[in-house]
Amino acid sequence: MAEVKLFGNWGSPFSCRIEIALKLKGVEYEFIEEDVYNDNKSPLLLKYNPVHKKIPVLLHNGKPICESVVILEYIDETWEGPSILPKDPYERAMARFWTKFLEEKCFPPMKQASWSTGEEQEKAKEEATELLKILEGTLSGKKFFGGDSIGMVDIVANFIAHWFIILQEITGLELLTHEKFPKLGQWLDDYLSCSIIKETLPPKDKLTASFQARIQAATTSK
Amino acid sequence: MENKDSTVKLVGFWVSPFVQRVRWALKLKGIEYEYIEEDIFNRSHLLSELNPVHQKVPVLVHNGKPLPESFIILEYIDETWKHNPSLPQDPHERATARFWAKFAEEKLFGAAWIGLCSEDDEQEGAVKSSIEALEKIEEKLKGKNFFGGDRIGYVDIINGWISYMLPIWEEVASMKIYDPMKFPAVTSWISNFREHPVIKEEYLPSKDEMIVYFQWRRKVLKGTYPPMFSNLVKKI
Repeated sequence: MAEVKLFGNWGSPFSCRIEIALKLKGVEYEFIEEDVYNDNKSPLLLKYNPVHKKIPVLLHNGKPICESVVILEYIDETWEGPSILPKDPYERAMARFWTKFLEEKCFPPMKQASWSTGEEQEKAKEEATELLKILEGTLSGKKFFGGDSIGMVDIVANFIAHWFIILQEITGLELLTHEKFPKLGQWLDDYLSCSIIKETLPPKDKLTASFQARIQAATTSK
Repeated sequence: MENKDSTVKLVGFWVSPFVQRVRWALKLKGIEYEYIEEDIFNRSHLLSELNPVHQKVPVLVHNGKPLPESFIILEYIDETWKHNPSLPQDPHERATARFWAKFAEEKLFGAAWIGLCSEDDEQEGAVKSSIEALEKIEEKLKGKNFFGGDRIGYVDIINGWISYMLPIWEEVASMKIYDPMKFPAVTSWISNFREHPVIKEEYLPSKDEMIVYFQWRRKVLKGTYPPMFSNLVKKI
């Protein structure tokens, strides 16, 4: 009997991606909570990801797979069910392109805009706005980045839909609004109303409290 | 096996290691293509049209559709032309290959590039990180001819720059990352890679031209030289 375990953390957007993918495929798994934010990693995690010592790690039939995007591709190749990546090679390549764009280009300035202040924040906000405009453009005529249903780009964009939106609320940032980005706004609504997404995202109040605690700790340590 | 396909174009820059990967991948599949040299310091409308988001090379154009980013192009090539697969068939082995390609790119290529463009403490830190990454790659290569085993594949193509470009960067920036005495498995891999019948026959930029080019880049990126020096941008 195939055994699937996922090493993750309740508040991590990365391990959340994997949970969404496993649920989309209807795969049962055991979630093993790792206390990563307190640097209290288990010996098993260190054994299965000796190179990076990070979550998420998927364990399938005793073999580990590391790095969330690598794991997403593995899940798509291993289990039947709704496709995470398109079948057509060109469309697959474009999905990989936008995934990389999100991770390498969009998320850093969005995080920077949330956590920094002053000139650094202004610069990050400008950069993030330009990138969001590009993302907005890719949603033309589509409900999700993946088309009619959620795909890899939507899964990776969970950070925007939940973590970033919460950070915006806490900090008063108004980078991503329905007025400024109507297509992204609509995508947010559609994404967050998917049952799998709703049941997998960490609770908003718990995440809000955790962010507030981090902001508090950062301010008092200055 | 020759595949005459006149609808494949590769937009590149003569010295780019990213473009070089795509050349190797196409050659290993026996795919014919039209090469279009792009002056990346004086970009044409072509690159803006084909890669509007990043405006970078390489871009592969197949049946009129453009694809950027070497990692993405390599996977596309493998999925479109299914003979001589460069990625393993087994999903776990594929995941392992993707993991190591990403690791090497971020931890070795990324750090070595910083080493090329910096000096003093910053360079020292970059060299240390590069060596740590190379140590992990050495472990990975022990007892194998290529990263995937006996056959050349995806991870070899991604890491091919180590075999000809890393020594140039080391020379230009007076840094030592790859010591053949300390990395016997990497040394053996470099030889296997360079001597592979397909790799051996493929274009590589000349050592002298690379040295001049990267000396200029090091000066510019360290901030000690004006950015435009057009005679270093060659037309091939």
